[in-house]
Amino acid sequence: MGTVDWSRALTEMTLAFHILFATVGVGVPLFISLAEWLGIRKKDRHYSLMARRWARGFVITVAVGVVTGTCIGLQLSLLWPEFMRLAGHIVSLPLFLETFAFFFEAIFLGIYLYTWDRYSNPYLHWLLTLPVMIGSSGSALFITTVNAFMNTPQGFAVREGKLTDIDPLAAMFNPATPSKVLHVLFSAYLTVAFLLGMIAAFSMLRGRKDEYYRKSLRLNMTAAAILAVATIGIGDMSAQFLAKEQPEKLAAAEWHFDTGERASLIVGGRLNPVTQEIAGALEIPWALSLLATHSLDGTVVGLNDFPRKDWPPLYVHYLFDAMVGIGFYLLAVPILFLALLIIKRWNAYNRFVLACALAGGPLALLAIELGWFYAEVGRQPWIIRGYLRVSDAATTNSHVNLAFWLFAGLYAVLGVVCLFVLARLFRNQPAELELETRRIIL
Amino acid sequence: MAIEQLGIAVLWSFLYGYLIVASIDFGAGFYAYYGRISGVETVIAPVISRYLSPVWEVTNVFLVFFFVGIVGFFPETAHYYGTALLIPGSIALLLLAVRGSFYAFANYGVNKNSFYLLAYGATGLLIPAALSTVFTISEGGFLTVRGNDVFLLMEELFYSTYSWAVVLLALSSVLFISSTFLTYYAARANDPKALEQMRRFALWGGVPTIISSLFVFIALRNHNLEHFQRTLDVWWLFGLSLVSFIIAIWFIWNRRSYGTAFVMVLLQFAFAFYGYGISHMPYLLYPYLTLYGGVTNPVMGRALVIAFVAGFALLVPSLVLLLKMFLFNARYVKGDLA
Repeated sequence: MGTVDWSRALTEMTLAFHILFATVGVGVPLFISLAEWLGIRKKDRHYSLMARRWARGFVITVAVGVVTGTCIGLQLSLLWPEFMRLAGHIVSLPLFLETFAFFFEAIFLGIYLYTWDRYSNPYLHWLLTLPVMIGSSGSALFITTVNAFMNTPQGFAVREGKLTDIDPLAAMFNPATPSKVLHVLFSAYLTVAFLLGMIAAFSMLRGRKDEYYRKSLRLNMTAAAILAVATIGIGDMSAQFLAKEQPEKLAAAEWHFDTGERASLIVGGRLNPVTQEIAGALEIPWALSLLATHSLDGTVVGLNDFPRKDWPPLYVHYLFDAMVGIGFYLLAVPILFLALLIIKRWNAYNRFVLACALAGGPLALLAIELGWFYAEVGRQPWIIRGYLRVSDAATTNSHVNLAFWLFAGLYAVLGVVCLFVLARLFRNQPAELELETRRIIL
Repeated sequence: MAIEQLGIAVLWSFLYGYLIVASIDFGAGFYAYYGRISGVETVIAPVISRYLSPVWEVTNVFLVFFFVGIVGFFPETAHYYGTALLIPGSIALLLLAVRGSFYAFANYGVNKNSFYLLAYGATGLLIPAALSTVFTISEGGFLTVRGNDVFLLMEELFYSTYSWAVVLLALSSVLFISSTFLTYYAARANDPKALEQMRRFALWGGVPTIISSLFVFIALRNHNLEHFQRTLDVWWLFGLSLVSFIIAIWFIWNRRSYGTAFVMVLLQFAFAFYGYGISHMPYLLYPYLTLYGGVTNPVMGRALVIAFVAGFALLVPSLVLLLKMFLFNARYVKGDLA
C-alpha cells in the first residue's frame, strides 16, 4: 500500500472508531435531559435514577469521544495537509465554531456532573442539560457542514489557480448541509434510544423484574418510534438531495447505470461490472424514480453519464441497502412493542420483543458505520468533489503505516478497556441495589 | 492591528491558557502518582481530584482550539508542520488519548487501579516533553524542504542542546506551575498536611525552572542568533517575569498569600511566554514561513475574528461559572459538597 492508501486506512479507522462515541455523545444528553425532567415533573425517582445512571456511563464514553475527536482533528492536518491547506481558506469557520460548541459542552458537562444535589430547586440542575445538549448537537452540526462541503463545495471561485470570492457562510450552508445535518442528528438520537433500551432489555432478559427497567424500555421505545419515523423521512430527503446535486453517489448506491425515467430500485443482487448486468436482485419497478424525484416517471441520472475515473466503488450498494434495512428494523421494533402495549392482550415485555430490542442496539451502531462508509466511500475519488482528489491531498510523509499501527493499538486498548469499565460499572451496581440505597420504594 | 497579528495574538493567548491549565493537570497527575507510591496519597489525592474532576475535559479543548485555530488562520502551517510532524504528532496524540481516557476510567470507573494512575502520571511528563519539541522545530534547522516534501530531521533534533533545554524547561515549568496552584488550593481547602507537602514541591520546583530557562537562552543564542537578538529587544518582559517569580517564591517561602503567589506565577509565565512569542515574530517557522506568507484570506480572517469574539462572549461567563463553582466555592473546595 502507498502513502495515500495508508492515509485513507488510518482516517477510516479513526472515524469508524470515533463515530461510535460521537454518536453516543450527541444522543445521550437528550435522553438524560428527558429522564431528569420526567423525574422532576412526575415526582418519579425511577426517572431521576435513570438520568444519574446514564450520566455515569456517559462520562466514560465522552472521555473516549473527546480523545478520539482530538485525534481526528489533528489527523486532518497530519494526514491530509494539502486538503487543510486548501480547505482551511474556505471551511475553517465551521471547524472553529465546532471547537467553541464543544468547549461550551465540556464546561457545562463538568458542572452538571458535580452538582446533583447542590440546588434546592431541581429544575436548576436540569437546566444545565440544555447547554450540554446545545453544545453536543451544535458541534455535530458544525462538523457535518464541513463534511457537506466536501460533497457539494461552494462559496469560492478558482481563478488562475488561486482561490477568490470566498464566502464562508455560503460554504457552510451548501446544498448538502440540511439533509446531512438532520440525518446525522436524528440517526444519533435514534441509535441512543436503542442503546439505552438495549441495556434495559438485557437486564430484563437476565431476569431482573423491577419496574425501573420497564419504565426505561417504555421511554426509549416511545422515543425510538418517533425518531425512526423522523430518520427515515430525513433519509428520503437525503435521497432527493443526492439525485439533484450528487447523482453519481446515488447511482452508485443503486447500481443505476443508464439515465432514464421510471427507474427501478435494486435491492441486493450481484453485479457483473463489465456488462453491468445484475443477477439475483429484488427489483422494485419505478421505485427509484419515486425515491429520487417523488414522481413515478421522474428521470434519474445514471453512472454512465460520468467518466469511469470519477466513479465511486460500486460496493457502496451493499452498504446503502444494509443501512436502509436496519433503519426499517429500528422502526418495526418500537411499533411492535407499542402496539402490544396498547392492545394489552399480550405481554409487551415478552422475550421475543426484548430480544429484538436488544439486537437493535448493536444494529443501530452498525447502521451508523454503514452510513458513514457510504457517505465517505461514495464521494470517492474526491476529497473535495470536483476540485481536489484524495490522491492529491494526502501527506508525502512515508511513515503513515507506522502511525496506522500505533493508532490501531490505541483504539484496540481504548475499546476493550472502555467496554470493560462500563460493564463493571453497571454490574457492580445494579439498579435494584441503588434504588434500595437511595430508599426509593414505590 | 492587522488580521494576521490579531489572529496570532488570539491563538497565542489560547496557547497560554493551555499552558497554564494543562500544566496544573499534567503536574497533578505526576503528584498523584508520586503520592500513591510514597504513601502520602490520602494527603494529596483528595485535593487533586476535587479540582481536576470537573475541569479535565476543558483542558483538552484549549489545545484543540489552538491547532484548529492555527490551521484556520494560517493554512500554510498545515503543509509544513502537518507533513513534518506526522510521527511526533501521532505519538503526542497517543499519549493525550491514553491520558484523557484513563483519567476517566480511573475516576468514574468503579475501582482505583494503580495501572490507570501510572498511565496518568507518566503521560503527565511525557506529553509536555513531546509538545515542547514543536517550539524547538519552529526555530528552524530541523526541517528540510524539497519541493512539496517536508522532512523532519529526527537525528538533529535528538542531538540538539537547544531541544533538550526546551524539554527540561517544559518539565520543570509543569511541575512548578502545578505545585504552586495546588499549594493555593490546599490552603483554601484548609488542609495543612497537603499544603505543607505541596509547598515543598513548589519551593523545590522553582530552582530548576529558573536554571533551565537560562539554559534555554544560552542554547537559543547558539541555535538561532536572529531570534536571540530579537529577545534582547524585549528584555524587559523577561525581566518582569523574573521579578514575578521572585515575589511568588517570597510569598510561598513566608507561608502567606498563596493566592497572590499563584497569580505571580501566572504573570511570570505570561511575561516569558509573550516575550518569547513577540520575539519569534514574524516567523511561524524559521525560515520558511512568516505570519504574512501563511495567512488566510481576509474574508475568512474576518469571519474567524467575529466568530471568536462571539464565542468568547459565550465562553467567558461559562468559564467564570465553572471556576466559581469548583475553585472559589469554599464549601466545595473543602470537600463538603460531594
